[in-house]
Amino acid sequence: MPDDLIRFTLNGRRIAVPSTRGHLGDLLRHELGETGTHIGCEHGVCGACNVVMDGRVTRSCLTLAVQVDGAEIETIEHAGNDRCGAALQDAFVARNAFQCGYCTPGMIMTARELLSENAAPGRAEIRDAISGNLCRCTGYQAIVEAISDAAEALRETADD
Amino acid sequence: MKSPDFSYVRATSLDEALAMLADSEDAVILAGGQSLVAALNLRLQAPELVIDINHIPGLDRIELAEGKLRIGPLVRHAQLMASAEAARALPLIAQALPHVAHPAIRNRGTTCGSLAYGDPAAEMPACAVALDATLVLASRDGTREVPARDFYDGLYETRRAPHEMLIEARFPAAPEGARAMFAELAVRRGDFASLGLAGQLHLDAGAIAAFDLVAFASEPAPHLLTGVAELALGQRPDARLAADLAQAVAEAVDPLESPLATPAMRRRQYRALAERCLRDAMELADA
Repeated sequence: MPDDLIRFTLNGRRIAVPSTRGHLGDLLRHELGETGTHIGCEHGVCGACNVVMDGRVTRSCLTLAVQVDGAEIETIEHAGNDRCGAALQDAFVARNAFQCGYCTPGMIMTARELLSENAAPGRAEIRDAISGNLCRCTGYQAIVEAISDAAEALRETADD
Repeated sequence: MKSPDFSYVRATSLDEALAMLADSEDAVILAGGQSLVAALNLRLQAPELVIDINHIPGLDRIELAEGKLRIGPLVRHAQLMASAEAARALPLIAQALPHVAHPAIRNRGTTCGSLAYGDPAAEMPACAVALDATLVLASRDGTREVPARDFYDGLYETRRAPHEMLIEARFPAAPEGARAMFAELAVRRGDFASLGLAGQLHLDAGAIAAFDLVAFASEPAPHLLTGVAELALGQRPDARLAADLAQAVAEAVDPLESPLATPAMRRRQYRALAERCLRDAMELADA
């Protein structure tokens, strides 16, 4: 960062922003106005701030903004653009898998990584995968069902 | 909360990182950052300089040679978990890794970072002590090797000097037929454990030839239960032995007082957990 700019790719767009000492979640929300990523605990416990960094789900609150120089970041704003993200969004709506919606972006980013690695996860595997994402409304059951439904929908459309 | 102000530098070589570590009064290494950035956000740590090692090439290697598995300082938990070679060589690590935090944290967090940080509730330091791993520390002045069994002094207290960096963890590969023992008690999967056991046993001609068991999370540092090992060695695994050893574990541990449980309750939890994981490792049917 010779000119003190952070340059990275955000949802396919090239971005250059002045360097800041904060974390990636604040950079997305405060500097770039991308407020889909939610900030909960700011110490890695709640998972609301999960984004994808260089292909892997990452806590944006545990990633310094300066660390993303040169990286590729994908957020919930972009997740609906692929089959898997769209299927999850549809299933979350169909199953009422949220109430206040605060945890939903992190849940969907996490579930998308699970479904990319495991096309037919069992209920226990789903619960394990979202163990790092807190929801204080639903009691998780509807979320687990929604992820399971999305996996099923993706398997069915894959067969077509 | 938001982190305090600090300087940030991206190191391009290990030598450069070590030089900066030596030149600064108060520098920290940023690898996965999954403990460090949380501590910065909580203002538990306020270093002058954060040295990012994520762009130094060659630090993310997992290598099996001469019966040792070498883990580089940028090997992520998820990368280690995905390595079939590592799972074969270190069945205990394979069993423990799914308990290390959550997928998003394992994607970034490094195994060496966890070993260097010395969180008492962390699984990797307990496994390193149980498996008698060697930790390689580097500074501008050279490298030195410290057995994991000598490395942990107390809560986040280790033998690493401030100007040193953990550049490799070296684990002896498990002998053929070695059985892992692992169990922990946590309020949710991946959360900080309130107590746990990590170990390995090995049978020779039907009798226990090697037995190493560590209690962790309930005490300031991983606790190698040598007295329990003495009772186990030479014995043939059966339900009675599992029960006796579990009782010995409960007597050997020294749990800290906690708002959630008295030491007496922790001992009872240890006994139950130990019996369960000993029976699993001994391949005994469920009681």
